[in-house]
Amino acid sequence: MPASPRRAFSSLAALAVVAPLALTACTDNAKPAAGATDGPISVSSTDKECTLSAVTAKSGHLTFDVKNDGQQVTEFYLLAEDGLRIVGEVENIGPGLSRKLVVTAPEGKYLTACKPGMQGEGIRAAFTVEASGTTASVDSDTKALLDTATKQYVSYVKDQTEQLLTGTKAFAAAYASGDAAKARSLYASVRMHWERIEPVAESFGDLDPSLDLREADLEKGQQWTGWHKAEKDLFPPKGYTALTAAERQKLSQKLVADTQTLFERTRTLTLTPDKLGNGAKELLDEVATGKVTGEEEIWSHTDLWDFQANVDGARIAYQNLRPVVALKKPELAKTLDQRFAALQTELDKYKVGDGFKYYIELTPDQVKQLAALVDALGEPLGQLTAAVVL
Amino acid sequence: MPEQDSTPVPPAASPETTSQETAGVPSSSGPRVSRRGLLTTASLVGAGAIGAAASYAVTRPSGADAQPAATAVVPFHGEHQAGIVTPVQDRLHIAAFDVTATSRDDVIGLLKDWTSAAEAMAAGREAGEGGAVGGDYEAPPSDTGEAMGLSASNLTITFGFGRSFFVTDDGAPRFGLSGRLPEALIELPHFPGDQLEPQRTGGDLVIQACADDPQVAVHAIRNLSRIAFGRARLRWSQLGFGRTSSTSTSQQTPRNLFGFKDGTANLKAEEPDQLSEHVWVAPGGKPGEQWMAGGSYLVARRIRMHIEVWDRTSLGEQEAVIGRTKSTGAPLSGGQEFTEPNFEAKGRGDAPLIAMDSHVRLAHAATNKGVKMLRRGFNFTDGNDSLGRLDAGLFFIAFVRDPRTQFVPMQNRLASSDRLSVEYLKHTGSGLFAVPPGIKPGEYVGQGLFA
Repeated sequence: MPASPRRAFSSLAALAVVAPLALTACTDNAKPAAGATDGPISVSSTDKECTLSAVTAKSGHLTFDVKNDGQQVTEFYLLAEDGLRIVGEVENIGPGLSRKLVVTAPEGKYLTACKPGMQGEGIRAAFTVEASGTTASVDSDTKALLDTATKQYVSYVKDQTEQLLTGTKAFAAAYASGDAAKARSLYASVRMHWERIEPVAESFGDLDPSLDLREADLEKGQQWTGWHKAEKDLFPPKGYTALTAAERQKLSQKLVADTQTLFERTRTLTLTPDKLGNGAKELLDEVATGKVTGEEEIWSHTDLWDFQANVDGARIAYQNLRPVVALKKPELAKTLDQRFAALQTELDKYKVGDGFKYYIELTPDQVKQLAALVDALGEPLGQLTAAVVL
Repeated sequence: MPEQDSTPVPPAASPETTSQETAGVPSSSGPRVSRRGLLTTASLVGAGAIGAAASYAVTRPSGADAQPAATAVVPFHGEHQAGIVTPVQDRLHIAAFDVTATSRDDVIGLLKDWTSAAEAMAAGREAGEGGAVGGDYEAPPSDTGEAMGLSASNLTITFGFGRSFFVTDDGAPRFGLSGRLPEALIELPHFPGDQLEPQRTGGDLVIQACADDPQVAVHAIRNLSRIAFGRARLRWSQLGFGRTSSTSTSQQTPRNLFGFKDGTANLKAEEPDQLSEHVWVAPGGKPGEQWMAGGSYLVARRIRMHIEVWDRTSLGEQEAVIGRTKSTGAPLSGGQEFTEPNFEAKGRGDAPLIAMDSHVRLAHAATNKGVKMLRRGFNFTDGNDSLGRLDAGLFFIAFVRDPRTQFVPMQNRLASSDRLSVEYLKHTGSGLFAVPPGIKPGEYVGQGLFA
């Protein structure tokens, strides 16, 4: 699959909508609390009322089955006693729809709130969590750890875009001046900075197609710009007509200008933990659908550079989140550590100097082995977001 | 098997008859009685035979001698070809052919032979004189025979013509069909993300066989391709299971391999006005295209799904990508499955409840200038690829009145902007075919084209 360009459309706006759903819909570590309520608590949110099947529960994981029985879009919150701190929330419940909210709540007094119309304070009521004997694993440090994780990742993104910009300028200069050998030598390594932060870069929907669209993804009549156009020109297939010096000049300028825009936009980047988690997963999806099939770098065959960069980006996101994962789901952390290592060990086999073998030099069995390790890693990586945000 | 070792079962306890009981096996084992009962019967009849008989009775109610149930026959003749708005069956075998015959008469001969075989098979009869076992003992049977004893299973056989049937690659007319190529039978453009495989794309002729029993559908294609030997050659074919849309309000909305209900907003047979507007070619077109009045255009797309990647995606994201809930299929703006999506509805942060790049929004008529299609797709699984991933997906079939205004713009939009298409789908096969109207008894399929 034309991996990267097609990713472009997971815009930030879409992520913003997705995130709350992802946050609440994943129930893998939701073991309904045996307790005062002994099972999920049903919540009916109408335009005027907020009815719960129980107003006490035992500490641990609580599940609220929230049904919107009203006419307006609604939300449901579990708030701390002060009515300010949000323990858990589920947003964007359309009329007639149901959503699950899973939270981990220690003993104490709480408030529940339905918010029909998503406005104001909502319809609030007291809610009590009694001691169940088992200590709920809500850690006040978690938030701090998550903050650190996102901060670190933002720094990483900024650093990568900086290097990308520097590298792109060097590449563009060589390419525009007709120094094809130098441009070819820079092509794969500069692109790694892009591939490492792809989900973030692609969240700017306009830049991604302009920088990274593959020829196979062009719409009829659509103008083609970006890296892969240069790739085709530098690693030309049979019967290809080379670009003119003026065309190269133009392509180079646009490449630099777009990268400059990306650089500027990432200066003010803010991220949330779910975006790190989802981003890591997306990077592996990229590998699974595009790189491992050798479709991304169809002329240069430098797919393994991209492959490595995608894995790097996923690993950095994971490692930033790892303290939280280790706290909440140590088994998952262990699995991910092992599988990242296994994939890297396999990738290392194909290292040549600073780079890699060309993809067409790999045997079908080697590709198969890589694909198997990507899938093996992708599966637990899909659990990452739920593990850190629940 | 330690239990047996410690139990004095005679070594020669060949069929497990009553030897275990007589040998004093503790009677505490509850299921023993029924198991013994089954085994006893089996030893009398033979396990294979009883297995076959049982499944025969369950899945194939009309025995070898029974007449096909009248309820399982879809009329072959009519104003439109069967297999378009007739209720979608559960199984598909579709095949495209390249015509190898060079004369117009041979092609007409093929269409006539196909028509009579299709008439027979749709009625639950065998193809050819003598059928499977009634012909000359020294000659190969004219029907291949694997549908003997099966009912018609609502078999429909639908024929269509590809663009290459009318013109050669250089644009020269074939079979004297100058001026008969409908303008709407275009060369489909390249769509973003297309990874078409030549051996799954194109074709001069297409036959869509649908039935409730896969064996009946396969039997139809097999016999028709056999009839074609020397005149047309199979180019590609596809088996499908599990219809992914409904063409009648009497049918439940099925689910695709992503686990979501598919085709909720599909056109239905009960909406004749809509069908006239979106599916049937109207009479009164250009003189050379009159033969298509009452016909339709079949778009076929083999859509591979990145199943494994999808399965790693959170439920929340899956629903956001589709724009509907997985459970009931209700739009994320609320309501039930058939509630119209409210694309204006806003949630937190004024973000639309149904995401801008969700499938339901981008595929909806409201986003496509009111354009609709009649969909008739099927799930498929063709084993796996060399990387150990399921080669599975949706074999998309749609009938439209004009692919230029219906399928092409919609596919362009989906292929470039729909997160589902962009991230989880890959199109590996494609075809566009002109499906002529239905015929009366005594006519042959496509007769109007050669008139």
